[in-house]
Amino acid sequence: MDINAAHSLKRAVLTAAHRIGLFLAMATICLPGLWIVLSSLRPTVEIMAKPPVWIPRELSFDAYVAMFSGVGQGGIPVLDYFRNSLIISVTSTVIALAIGMAGGYAFARYRFRWKTSIFLGFMLTRTVPGIALSLPLFFVYAKLGIIDTHFGLIMAYVALNVPFTVWLIDGFFRQVPKDLAEAAQIDGCTRWQAFWQVEFPLARPGIASAGIFAFLISWNEFALASQLTRSTNSKTLPVGLLDYTAEFTIDWRGMCALAVVMIVPALTLTFIVQKHLVSGLTSGAVKG
Amino acid sequence: MAPVSLSKLVKRYGSVEVVHGIDLDVADREFIALVGPSGCGKSTTLRMIAGLEDISGGEIRIGGTVVNDLPPRARNISMVFQSYALYPHMTVAENMGFSLKIAGKDKSVTEERVAEAARTLGLEALLDRRPSQLSGGQRQRVAMGRAIVRDPEVFLFDEPLSNLDAKLRTQMRTEIKKLHAKVQSTVVYVTHDQVEAMTLADRIVIMRDGHIEQVGTPEEVFQRPATHFVAGFIGSPPMNLREAVVDDGKLAFGEDATLPLPAQFRDRVTAGQKVVFGLRPDDLYPSGHGIHSGEAHEVHEMERTVSITEPLGNETLVFAGFGGTEWVSRMLNPRPMKAGEPVKLSFDLSQAHLFDAETGRSLRV
Repeated sequence: MDINAAHSLKRAVLTAAHRIGLFLAMATICLPGLWIVLSSLRPTVEIMAKPPVWIPRELSFDAYVAMFSGVGQGGIPVLDYFRNSLIISVTSTVIALAIGMAGGYAFARYRFRWKTSIFLGFMLTRTVPGIALSLPLFFVYAKLGIIDTHFGLIMAYVALNVPFTVWLIDGFFRQVPKDLAEAAQIDGCTRWQAFWQVEFPLARPGIASAGIFAFLISWNEFALASQLTRSTNSKTLPVGLLDYTAEFTIDWRGMCALAVVMIVPALTLTFIVQKHLVSGLTSGAVKG
Repeated sequence: MAPVSLSKLVKRYGSVEVVHGIDLDVADREFIALVGPSGCGKSTTLRMIAGLEDISGGEIRIGGTVVNDLPPRARNISMVFQSYALYPHMTVAENMGFSLKIAGKDKSVTEERVAEAARTLGLEALLDRRPSQLSGGQRQRVAMGRAIVRDPEVFLFDEPLSNLDAKLRTQMRTEIKKLHAKVQSTVVYVTHDQVEAMTLADRIVIMRDGHIEQVGTPEEVFQRPATHFVAGFIGSPPMNLREAVVDDGKLAFGEDATLPLPAQFRDRVTAGQKVVFGLRPDDLYPSGHGIHSGEAHEVHEMERTVSITEPLGNETLVFAGFGGTEWVSRMLNPRPMKAGEPVKLSFDLSQAHLFDAETGRSLRV
């Protein structure tokens, strides 16, 4: 066998190994998701079976039908939960993004006193586990009378997300050369126009990813929401999952069905925003 | 088309002053180059004219109007950046038409002006491309196009050619010169490359440490440098500049190395005075190979030994030791010459420069 043949064989083997490795990794990551979808479609006996039943024997949409069929027939107020989740997540994401853009821009472009300390302080707030804050937050909210309101949860999620959006967006604004905003100003823009016409479009991938993250965090958050909500006024989908636990039983099938209902919008949003996550958009701006 | 005038212009960053009250008048339609080593304040000065930096003191006038506190957009200027600063999310045409779009000009007017600028710069075929799809030279051209389309009163260039390779730089230099001849605007051009400044500018401003050292035409700054710094900065290869002590009609460069004191300086120096002697490589040449060969000049000849040579085809740079340092001489119509070979060097002292060692000022009239 000559050298070339040996090398091409080696490359083929490596490629195959690479693909198998990737497949295994992806399978491991995707399996729980798949399991949830499957479990939502089959009877509890099969879900709880030991050893596990891999191939479902029968599939039915009973859990979904029941879920939407109203209280008293095994249903839960899923539409209320969905509406609450949507209002709270979208509003808190929009606010966190607005603050994140302003803050990130300031950190990227301006020099001011205590800049590093403030930035570090922001990061430190992320090290505190949310659950540790739930009790103090509960007392404060109780005094303010904003328990079980959209407003209360939105504030909590904004506070949770702002440090992260500031940090992420700061990094993206840093990558936009300063010269561009200056060139725009010379071309007749005000500082404000220069931002919206030039710097914002270039930082959009970063702002989009910050948005996705902020949305998913709010959408999936359970610990705080379970403390700060009481009724259909403000209960979100993750808290709604608890409706499937009774004193002695857990309706795994119903819970899985609700989980699927939760996953679908999040997944859809990620797919929609994904195309904005094109990196390297700034290449060619300067030098080359 | 407008004159630009700076008076007592100062820039401070905190307590550090980087531009120390400079005065400069740029005439209407004049091409002026600010040149100097990095950190001399030339870019800061340009950015103050553009309005991108606040000024700490003094006054800037464009077309007679004081613009100290006007934002960049109100100064009617265009600027070409060293980094080009093209908007990566816009096509070439959008980049060039951006200022008109912001100004709310009619779409047809914008298209017409962009097309005209593209014709001038040979960019017609590239109008739909993005900056990332262009080569360095093309990007440079788009940056200039964007400046032209705006039809400003003053063009500002901030080291526009320093990111290009040597060949392209020479080519773009010619284009900038042609462009200036065509659009007839006032130009303030910042560069650290003295060749660029010499070839392009009507007048050159040489800056150092936030001060203006000299303002003059390329001929003036080359032939009559006002200071020792200008003498060393302008000209390639640089002028031979050596410290010397005046001693009884002679200049002493250390042990046993003396030159006669050039005639024109005899009444201007006193014995024991420390000076800096300057002689361009053109005025120091292997005998018979100089510019002034045969003319009646104050030539002093001396036998030296060649240490190295740098042949450039039409001329050869010959280095030889004198007074403990290497002096560079320029041999026109070169003959083959090797290191270690003896050479008779002619010092054309009528062309020599003498500067005060303390102040650095020229001792010429």
